[in-house]
Amino acid sequence: MTRAWPIVERELRKFIRTPVLLVMTLFMPVLNLVVLGNAFGGRVRHLNVAVVDEDGGPAARRVVESIYSLQMNGDVVRPIRYANEREAARDVRDGSVQGAVVLPPNFSRRVYAGENPTAGLLLDNTDAVVSGALQGALSGAVQSAARGDPAPRIVKAVTLAPVELFPFVPYMRYMLPGVITLGMFMTVMIGGGMSYLDDKQRGVHEGYLVTPITKLELVLGQNIAGTVKAVVTGTMVAILGAVIAGVYGVFEPLRFLALLVLIVVVSFAFMAMMSCLVARMDNPMLPRALFGVMNTLLYFPSGAIYPVQSLPSWLRWITRVDPFTYAVHGLRVLLLKGASLNVVLPDVAFLAAFAAVMFASSVALFRRTL
Amino acid sequence: MSAAPALPLADTQPAILIDHVVKQYGSFTAVNDVSLSVAPGETLGLLGPNGAGKSTLIRMLTTLVPITSGRILLHGDDVTRDPDRARLSIGVIPQAMTSDTDLSIEENLSIYAKLYGVPRDVRKRVIPELLELVNLADRRDSLVGTLSGGMRRRVEIARGLVHSPLILVLDEPTTGLDPVSRVDVWEMLTHIKRERQLTILVTTHYMDEADRLCDRIAIVDRGKLVALDTPRALKHSVPGASAIEAQFSNVRGDWETCIGALPDVTTVQSLGGDAWRIVTEDAGATTMALAELALRERAVIRSLGVTSTTLDDVFVYYTGRGLHQ
Repeated sequence: MTRAWPIVERELRKFIRTPVLLVMTLFMPVLNLVVLGNAFGGRVRHLNVAVVDEDGGPAARRVVESIYSLQMNGDVVRPIRYANEREAARDVRDGSVQGAVVLPPNFSRRVYAGENPTAGLLLDNTDAVVSGALQGALSGAVQSAARGDPAPRIVKAVTLAPVELFPFVPYMRYMLPGVITLGMFMTVMIGGGMSYLDDKQRGVHEGYLVTPITKLELVLGQNIAGTVKAVVTGTMVAILGAVIAGVYGVFEPLRFLALLVLIVVVSFAFMAMMSCLVARMDNPMLPRALFGVMNTLLYFPSGAIYPVQSLPSWLRWITRVDPFTYAVHGLRVLLLKGASLNVVLPDVAFLAAFAAVMFASSVALFRRTL
Repeated sequence: MSAAPALPLADTQPAILIDHVVKQYGSFTAVNDVSLSVAPGETLGLLGPNGAGKSTLIRMLTTLVPITSGRILLHGDDVTRDPDRARLSIGVIPQAMTSDTDLSIEENLSIYAKLYGVPRDVRKRVIPELLELVNLADRRDSLVGTLSGGMRRRVEIARGLVHSPLILVLDEPTTGLDPVSRVDVWEMLTHIKRERQLTILVTTHYMDEADRLCDRIAIVDRGKLVALDTPRALKHSVPGASAIEAQFSNVRGDWETCIGALPDVTTVQSLGGDAWRIVTEDAGATTMALAELALRERAVIRSLGVTSTTLDDVFVYYTGRGLHQ
C-alpha cells in the first residue's frame, strides 16, 4: 500500500504550487452564494400598484387606506391613484405598474348588503413571483373593507398559528449547504477528473505504469489526493460562506468537528464517483462537457436550491441516489439547525456506502495496461 | 563515479530476449514475429519509420501493452508472468516529456524513487549521485518548468535511473529538441553508458546518432525485423560502395526511374525538390552515366557529389523508403 503515498505527495505538492485551482474552486461557490443568495429568495418589494376607486364609498376608502398602509409598512406596495380601469390596465400591460386594484361602483353598498362584493385585481401573470407576492399583500388589504362591522359572535375562520422552531433562514443561508457541496464537487471535477485525464494524455500515467505500483495503490493514491483537495476547498467555502451568510454557530468546536467529518465523507464520495467515471476515459475534453450535465443532474434535484418536496416523482428517484442530496441535507442540518453528528448519521452512512461502491468499481474498471 | 550497479557478468543470459513476439490489434498486426536479443552492456538502436511497430515493441517490453504471442525476458524475468520483477530491472524514458514542471528536479526524482520502492537511505545516496551524473547537481531545487528542453530530458534520464536498473529504455529521446540539446543528450547517454555499463535500448529517427552511439542496430518496418547488425556491417551489407547526391533541373517526370535504370545503381532516394541520393557499385561509372543521361534528356546537372554510404542508405535499402517518408 506504500506506493499510494508518492502519488498523493505529487498531487498535493502540485496543488500547493498552483493555487489557481484552489482560487477557482473557492471563487465560483462563494460568488454563487453572494449573487444567487441575494438575487433569489429575498422579499419582493417596491411593487407599483394602480389603485382605481370607481366607488368612492366608505368601504372602498377603507380598502384604499389599507393599501397605502402597506407602503408605510415595509414598502411592499407603492400605490398610485388612477382615474379609470382602462388606463390602469394599459399600464399593467406595459409594465409601468405591476398590478392594479379596481374597486367597482357600488362596492361599498354591496359590502354593507353582504352581497359578495368583489374588487378587481389586474396582474401581470408573466411574472409568477411578483404576481404571487402582490396577490398575497393585497388580499389582506381588501379584507379590511369588512372591518368596522360589529365583531362576529362566532368565529368564522379557523387560523393556523405557525411556530418556527429555528430562527428565520434567509435564502442565502438556505443556499450555503449546496454551495459548500458545489465547491467540493468542482474540486474533484478539476483536481480529480480533469487532472487525471490531462496526466493520462501527457504520458505521466505511462510513467506510473512502468513502476511496480498496483492498480489498487494507484487508484487509492489518486482518491486520497482528490479527497484531501476537496476537504480543503469544502472547509474553506464553509468558513467563508458561514461568515458571509452569518451562520456563526458553526464555529463551536464540536459542531465544526462534526462538519469536518461530514466534509471528509462527502469529499471521498465525490472523488470516488469521479474516479469511477474517468477510469476508462482518455479524452480530457469529456469531463469539461460532463460538468454541465452532472451539475444539472446532481446539484439541482438535490434540494440545494429548491426543496426536494417540490420535485415530480421521477426526479425524486434521482434525488434518492444522488450523493448531493445527502451532502446538502447533512450540511443543512449541521449548519442551520445546530444538530450534532448523530443526527446526520444516516447521511454519513449513505455517503460512506456510496463511496465504497464507487471506489471498488473504479479499482475494477481501472486498466493497468494502455 | 563508482556507483555502477554490479553486472551479472557470470550470467550469459541476454539482458533482453525478444522471442517470436507478435502484437495484434484486431486484424492489424503491429508487431509481426520479432525475435532478437541484447547482451548485457550492449546498446541497441531500434530504427523504423513512424508506425513501424517500434513503440509497440517498447511498450510490450515495458509491460504497458500485453503481448499477443511470444515472450520477452529481461535478465530472465518474463514481462508477462512476472511484470513487477521486470519493471524493477528497466528504467523507462518515454517519448513525451512527463516530468512535472511545477515540482523541483529533486522532487521529481524522489517521487519516482518512492514509486519504485527505493528505501529512504538509498534515495538519499542515489539522487545526489544521479544529479551529479546528469550535470544538474547545482539545480536540484529548480522547478523543472524553468529548465531548457535538453535539461528536462536529462532530468528524465536521471529519473529513469532512480532504482538503479540494469536496462535503460529510451523512446526517441531527442525528438522535439533543438540541435544543441540533441547533442547534449547524446553526449550524456554516451557518458552514462561508459559510467554504468547499462544495457540500452533506444529508438530514434536520427541515423547519425544511431551510428555514433549504438553497438548494433535493428531496423523494423511494417511490424517486422528486416535487419539487425552493427552499423558497420549494415553499411557493408548494402550493395554499392558509395553514394552520389545530385541535383538537376529541367528533368522529365519519371527521372527517378531513369536514374534507377542506369547500370550499377542499387537504390535511388528522393531528397525532395530535384535532388536525389543514388547508391551505386561504381561511383565513377554512374557519374559518367548521369552526365550522359542529362545530356541526352536535355536536363541540367546543378550539383553532384560523391560520399560513402550511411545508415540512411541502409534504411532505404531494407525498407524501400526514407526514414522520414
